[in-house]
Amino acid sequence: MNEHISKIVKAFQERFGASIYAFRGETSLIIPAEKIVAAAQALRDEFDFELLTEETAVDYWPQLTPRFHVVYRMRSLKHNAIIGMRVPLDGNAPTMSSIVSVYANANWFERELWDMFGIRFEGHPDLRRIVMPHDWEGHPLRKDYPLGHEEVQFSFNFDEINARKPYAKE
Amino acid sequence: MGTEAFLSPVTLDEVKHLVSNRAIEGETVLLNMGPQHPSTHGVLRLLLELDGEQVVNCIPDVGFLHTGVEKNMEAKTYEKAEVMSDRLDYLNNVGNNLAYCLAVEKLCELDVPPRAQAIRVILVELQRIASHLVWLGTHALDLAAMSVFLYCFREREMILDVMELVSGQRMMTTFIRPGGLWRDVPVEFEDAVRQILKTFPARIDEYHALLTKNPLFIDRTRNIGILKPEVALNYGITGPILRASGIAHDLRKAQPYSGYEQYEFDIPTQKEGDTYARYLVRMEEMRQSLRIVQQALDKLPLGPVRSNNRKYVPPPRSELAVSMEALIHHFKLWTEGFSPPKGSVYAAVESPRGELGVYLESDGSPKPYRVHWRTPSFTNMQILPLLAKGHLVADLVALIGTVDIVLGDVDR
Repeated sequence: MNEHISKIVKAFQERFGASIYAFRGETSLIIPAEKIVAAAQALRDEFDFELLTEETAVDYWPQLTPRFHVVYRMRSLKHNAIIGMRVPLDGNAPTMSSIVSVYANANWFERELWDMFGIRFEGHPDLRRIVMPHDWEGHPLRKDYPLGHEEVQFSFNFDEINARKPYAKE
Repeated sequence: MGTEAFLSPVTLDEVKHLVSNRAIEGETVLLNMGPQHPSTHGVLRLLLELDGEQVVNCIPDVGFLHTGVEKNMEAKTYEKAEVMSDRLDYLNNVGNNLAYCLAVEKLCELDVPPRAQAIRVILVELQRIASHLVWLGTHALDLAAMSVFLYCFREREMILDVMELVSGQRMMTTFIRPGGLWRDVPVEFEDAVRQILKTFPARIDEYHALLTKNPLFIDRTRNIGILKPEVALNYGITGPILRASGIAHDLRKAQPYSGYEQYEFDIPTQKEGDTYARYLVRMEEMRQSLRIVQQALDKLPLGPVRSNNRKYVPPPRSELAVSMEALIHHFKLWTEGFSPPKGSVYAAVESPRGELGVYLESDGSPKPYRVHWRTPSFTNMQILPLLAKGHLVADLVALIGTVDIVLGDVDR
C-alpha cells in the first residue's frame, strides 16, 4: 500500500466510518451507502482521483443483508494510484444516491446497474435501461435470474414450440 | 406519421428530458441514424434532434449487440470463459485475452515465463496496429477517402496472417491462456514479424502522404469535436482520445504489465483535442508499437511458455503418456477446472481504445462468481453527444469514427 493510499484510508476511517478490504495489493474501502456522494467528492477534490474507472455490482443472493455490493474504482493520474470503494446494499429493491454529479461517466454505469441488477440511483438524470430492450422484465445479472436456454424442437412438436419462440414472425 | 410510432421502441415520452423543448413543439426534427447504417461502425442507433443540418441533441441507443457475456462467463469455468472474451472487442481479441488472463493470474498468483510475456507483448502490439488500421480505413472511408481503406485492409491482412500462423485463427485466437500461452510460436513466426517490421514504416508514410496534408481531410477534421482535458477526465476518457487532449496517460507506462517496463517507447500526445489531433496520435501510436515489437523480437528469450504450476495450468501433451500425475491434472483441469482462492481483483491493460479492465470475483469455486468488463468503448462513447452538439450531421460521421467505438465492446 503506498503512502497516498494509506493517507486516504486513515482519513476515510475517521470521516466516513470506512472499513478496509485488501487483497493482492489492491485496496478497497467499504463505505455506508448514505455517505457515497461525500466520499466520491472527497476522493476527487482532496485526493486527486480524477477518473472514475469503473462502477459495477456483485449480487450475493440468497444472502439479503447485504444482498449487493456496488463496486467503484477510481484512478489518480497525479499519484499513479488506484483505489476501490464498495457499498453494501440490503434487500431486493435497493436504492442509493447517484454520483453523476461528481463523475459524469457514472451516468451509463449506473444505467447499466439499474438494467442488470435493479439498483435504483436517486438523483440520476436519465435512469433508463441501457443494453436490454426497454420493455424487458427482470434484471439479468442477478443471481436468481436464470441463464436461459433454447427449447429443443422435435418433428412432432415443432410448430407448437415455434409458435411461442420469441422472434419476429411475419 | 405520428412522432410516437416513428421513434418506436423509444417513445418521445421516455426521452423528453433529453431533447429540447423545441422538439416537443415540433420545431426541430427527430431523426433516427442507424442501427443499420454503414458509418455507425456496427449496430449503433443515434436519435438525433436536428435543426436543419445542425445537431441540437444526440441520444445514443446501444445494446443491439448485447450477448450477455458477463452472465455467460459466470456459468463457465475460468478456462472456458476465456473464449468469450475474444468476442467482446473484435478488433482487439488478443488484448481482451491478455486482460482476462492477467486478472486470473493475479487472483491465482501465477507467474508467467519471460518468453511468454515477450510473445504476448509482440502479439498485443501487432493487434494494436491492426485495430488502428481498421480505425484509419473506416474513418477515412467515412470522410470519402476510399483508397485508404483498401490499403489499410491490405496491411491488416499481414498481421492477421501472423495470428493465423501462431494460433490457427485469424481473429478469435484465445492464444494467450492463464499462466502463459497455448503453445510456443512456430519457427516461421520471427520471419513473418520481421517482414511486417520491414514493410510497415514505409506504409505508414504512405497513409500520411494520402491524408495528413490533404486539404479536404483537414477541413473535415480540424476544429471538429474539440474535447477539453478537464471534460475528458470528468467523463473518464482514456486512451488516444485523452492523449490527444494533452494528457500523457498510458497504462503501459503508468502501471506496466507483461514486462512493458523493459521497452523504450514514447507516448504521443497532441494539445488541440480535435479530430485531427486524435488522428495524429493514433498514427504515431502505430510507429511506437512497431518500436516495441522490434525490441521485444530482438531480445526474445528462450524457455518455456507456460507456468509450471500444475494446479492451474495443464501439463504439456507429451507428458500425458508417461506421467500419471500429468494425466490426473489434465483430467481435473478440463473437467472440473481450477479453483482460485476467494477474493476479488482488477486487472487493466491499455487497449487500442483506452483502459480495458477486468473485475473478477471468486467465491472459491471453479467458476467465476462475477466478471465485469470495464470496456473503453462503453465509457468513451458517452462523450459523443457532447462532441456532436452544434456540428453538422456530416461531421457526426467523422466524430463516430474518431471516438473509435467497437459496438461489441460497448454492448458486451
